[in-house]
Amino acid sequence: MTSHFVDAVRLVTVREIQARVRSKAFVVSAAILVLAVVVSVVIAGIIGKATADDTTPVAVVDGVSLQSTDGLDVTPTTTVAQAERLVRSGDVDAAVVPSDDTLGYSVVGLEDTPTDVVGALSVTPAVELLQPGTLSAGLVSAIGILFGVVFFTSAVTFGSSIAQSVVEEKSTRVVEILMAAIPARALLAGKVLGSSIMAFAQIIAIAIAGAVALAVTGQDNLFTLLGPSVLWFVGFFAVGFVLIAALFAASAVLVSRQEDVGSVTMPVMLLVMIPYILIVSAADNETIVGIMSYVPFSAPIGMPMRIFLGTAEWWEPILSLLLVAASVVVVVAVGARIYENALLRTGGRVKLTEAIRG
Amino acid sequence: MLTIEGVTKHFGDRRVLDDVGFSVGSGRLTGFVGGNGAGKTTTMRILLGVLQADTGRVSIDGAEVGPTDRRRFGYMPEERGLYPKMPVAEQITYLARLHGVDKRTAGQRTTALLERLDLTQHASDAVEKLSLGNQQRVQVAAALVHDPEVLVLDEPFSGLDPMAVDTVLGVLREQAARGVPVLFSSHQLDVVERLCDDVVVIADGTIRAAGSQEDLRRSAGPAAWELLVDGDVAWIRDEPGVTVREFDGGYAVFEADEPTAQRILQRAVQHGTVGSFAPRVPRLSEVFREVVR
Repeated sequence: MTSHFVDAVRLVTVREIQARVRSKAFVVSAAILVLAVVVSVVIAGIIGKATADDTTPVAVVDGVSLQSTDGLDVTPTTTVAQAERLVRSGDVDAAVVPSDDTLGYSVVGLEDTPTDVVGALSVTPAVELLQPGTLSAGLVSAIGILFGVVFFTSAVTFGSSIAQSVVEEKSTRVVEILMAAIPARALLAGKVLGSSIMAFAQIIAIAIAGAVALAVTGQDNLFTLLGPSVLWFVGFFAVGFVLIAALFAASAVLVSRQEDVGSVTMPVMLLVMIPYILIVSAADNETIVGIMSYVPFSAPIGMPMRIFLGTAEWWEPILSLLLVAASVVVVVAVGARIYENALLRTGGRVKLTEAIRG
Repeated sequence: MLTIEGVTKHFGDRRVLDDVGFSVGSGRLTGFVGGNGAGKTTTMRILLGVLQADTGRVSIDGAEVGPTDRRRFGYMPEERGLYPKMPVAEQITYLARLHGVDKRTAGQRTTALLERLDLTQHASDAVEKLSLGNQQRVQVAAALVHDPEVLVLDEPFSGLDPMAVDTVLGVLREQAARGVPVLFSSHQLDVVERLCDDVVVIADGTIRAAGSQEDLRRSAGPAAWELLVDGDVAWIRDEPGVTVREFDGGYAVFEADEPTAQRILQRAVQHGTVGSFAPRVPRLSEVFREVVR
């Protein structure tokens, strides 16, 4: 590889990034994605806090002794009648009144059994888990959706933008001037690199914004829980996106008009969409996530998910990352060939077989 | 001197170039003429390395041209194109840098070239905001900004407004005067005739004629003469050694060798007033029709 080649790749990369940063659409959509992640973290924090701090108002008649008043907002009353009045008026959810049964008190409600109060008054035995770490299904699918959405939106946004920029060069015919100056492969490498850097920067920005939001809203425990899987997600994304960018570029180069970009990149779009749908619908299915964690397109979602669940051995993410890297090499090689062969063919859609044969 | 030899190119099973070879001399303006689909653009793309030939080679002064040499070529493709949203000066600088020019020099050349092409006031406008004529000038700047050692232009005059034609003409002459081999294609044969030192004619993927314009036109057919007199020149038909090609009252175009032509001129003067008498070199368009047939 000559220094000219490297220089050319660098120049194209920089131009690609500049063109992206200057586009208002890009800036706005990136800001929206970061904001969405921050907002969802903050909302999750508020809901969590509200649930944790929530207390149930309850009237307690003198003479009743409770073992614990956790989760209860106690209003002391002197008589049973006074307590019942408070229940009827809705000032409290329930009243705890003296009784003759073994506990020494009973609960008075209005229409339904006041489960919050009953729950708060129940005695909970100590629990020992032999296999701790099973996370709530809700949290698992929420994390799955988070990885899925971030991966999918970033891949689609940056994938289509590289596709458009490839076709822009063909449709405006500037490509012939470029090809007279630099090798087609340098052009492709610069475009893929530029898009990948931008996509990666966005993922990092999202990860940092998410982490800061978690810390600020006091959800440090979730931060510790998510840390390793997010780091792996970022790593997988960095490598995996090159694959996606190369596929988008190699598909887009087959056409010469912006109108055709959508249909020609549809297969790649589906490839990116499948892991997203799977993770959203089956984040808690170990077999599916297990397979996903090794398929190059879905590994950026699947493997971090398994790391989060704690079901991945230490060597598994490394092996999977190597698989992704190997497929990047293959796809980029084939993609570059298609790109080189189809770049100057304007007019109709170039057949894939022709583009590979040259 | 830029030389292309033995170049053959197939698109699928179709042979578009067959053993194409010719030279573009340093400091010579060479016109490349041929009908649509004759192989002009394909040949130029192979010269630029944008397309790969099946066989054959491209060399400068005998040394085969590689990718590094090609970065010193200036090219204006038939399909004009620039980044529509990129500002003019930035775009020209970018293209210079892709050709390997360092940042500072690229900036200086861009400024000078925009000045030369009257584009300074548009330097920071996006290309798409410019008038078509100005966009063409930017295209010219793109081909020249890296101070090319070889200039290849595909239909540089097509779609140009008259002002831009003059600009491009001026620039081409300037480059040739600098010693740069300049090859440009055109199907406007009158432009080529007016401008070119050398001409290369291509048809159906083969070179039909190549050489200096003068030689080509002189050797294109038997010597011919043009005569205009007051009155009638019908008598010319009866002269020995004369073939009349065109005839209209006092005007005739005829083929004859030099002594016969002089004899005819003397007779014409005896007959009456001679308006004009001149050797008639075939027009380039006639040569073209002749060799392409």
